[in-house]
Amino acid sequence: MGDAHYFGDGLTYLNPSDLKGKLIAIEGTDGVGRSTHIELLQEWLEVQGYGVITTGWTRSNLMSKTIEVAKEGNTIDRWSLSLLYATDFADRLEHEIIPALRSGFIVLADRYIYTAFARDFVRSNDRKWIRDVFGFALVPDLVCYLRIDVETLALRVIETKAMNYWESGMDLRLGNDLYDSFKKYQSLLIEEFDKMAVEFNFEVVDARKSLEDIQDELRSKIQQLLTEEGLARTAPVVEDAQL
Amino acid sequence: MSEQPPISTPPHPYPGKLIIVEGIDGSGKSTQLLLLHKWLESKGHKVFFTEWNSSELVKDTTKRGKKNKSLTPTTFSLLHATDFASRLYHEILPPLKAGMLVLADRYMYTAFARDVVRGVSSEWVRKLYSFSIKPDMAFYFKVPIEVAISRLLGGTRGQFKYYEAGMDMNLSQDVTESFRTFQSRILAQYDKIVDEYQLITLDATKDIAKQQDAMRRLVDEALKDYKPKRGTHGRRSLFWRRFDVPKSE
Repeated sequence: MGDAHYFGDGLTYLNPSDLKGKLIAIEGTDGVGRSTHIELLQEWLEVQGYGVITTGWTRSNLMSKTIEVAKEGNTIDRWSLSLLYATDFADRLEHEIIPALRSGFIVLADRYIYTAFARDFVRSNDRKWIRDVFGFALVPDLVCYLRIDVETLALRVIETKAMNYWESGMDLRLGNDLYDSFKKYQSLLIEEFDKMAVEFNFEVVDARKSLEDIQDELRSKIQQLLTEEGLARTAPVVEDAQL
Repeated sequence: MSEQPPISTPPHPYPGKLIIVEGIDGSGKSTQLLLLHKWLESKGHKVFFTEWNSSELVKDTTKRGKKNKSLTPTTFSLLHATDFASRLYHEILPPLKAGMLVLADRYMYTAFARDVVRGVSSEWVRKLYSFSIKPDMAFYFKVPIEVAISRLLGGTRGQFKYYEAGMDMNLSQDVTESFRTFQSRILAQYDKIVDEYQLITLDATKDIAKQQDAMRRLVDEALKDYKPKRGTHGRRSLFWRRFDVPKSE
């Protein structure tokens, strides 16, 4: 990240200019297959010889348990919820993402600050505060947004893992039951993601396509980034047998 | 959650009153707040007390992070903001809306002083707390660093804690020396904050009873037009009850 910079008010005690790696975020609502694609991308990149680490939303050492417990209750307010995510993110940024980038790794992030932006916005109708809070985040080199429509998403989620309280935004009381609420909540998130896609130049990938097609598209976006940054591998790329 | 308190500049619209104290460790602010609490209750007021870093939500996390020394200036700051948000929502706003008196031991100014000394941007931390509400009265207990040190070392605590002494900042290998440097920098930040937010400065080197007299006079004056709400029940300490929802598969 030769031109690495912070989203807003950054970490004053940490200069990002020596970060050599690349930060790639995969965004999208629940159930679009982000983690499957990240696994495949990691494999593809490692076969080529790139060092790769992945980092996932709410998976920090400091906060993962805390967030799990908080979500089991039902009395969490908007600010606390967003601040729990921000703390989790900060812990991963300083203990995982920045050290890896400094050592020249490619970091694949399963969700990034835009997830927090969308979730806070649908709860508050305010964009400013949450963006200020995440000012210390590094701006990614590439954001791929797996876009899906809410009808397809609802079917897919019912078929695979069923809807849960938070994915349905039940705290917002948007609908009479889990299904109605899920659809309204996820539509609002998608609407906000679509706006951010324009504002922050996401690479939009149609998540209704086949797994192979999506993966191919993601790879070509990443390949383009690596080529532009002069990091493309000259050795022939080994085809992934699984695809 | 659509209802949102205004940002910190205008006064809050609620019938209750919020009184907060600030100062470095060893300034005696907690003692003074306790005495004020006793006095207000003796006058028949309904009083609720809340303190920094005490929310159920993140208290244990902060403790764990401090214990294994994994907190960075930013996660330290964010955890305290989370604690504050949770207490504002669950402990401060409900009694204020109900017309009670709320006493807070430390408020966002603690973060503005301490987190900035640790190295986070002073603009950022102010934006972080912009969801907060402005207290009706904010007292700052001003004390020279040497007085605070002798109180803490001579008192029951015996020695300084790791983060309290700013040991995470590598200021000095010696705990007392580190405390002195760290807390002196915090004092300098407080001096700016007192002007910026018009905190009421009290001389914390005076006798405990004298300070308390001064504080009570000021509070009495400020509560002149306050109409206390007298409930029929006893002292309340819990405004929200937590229900467990079954975790979905």
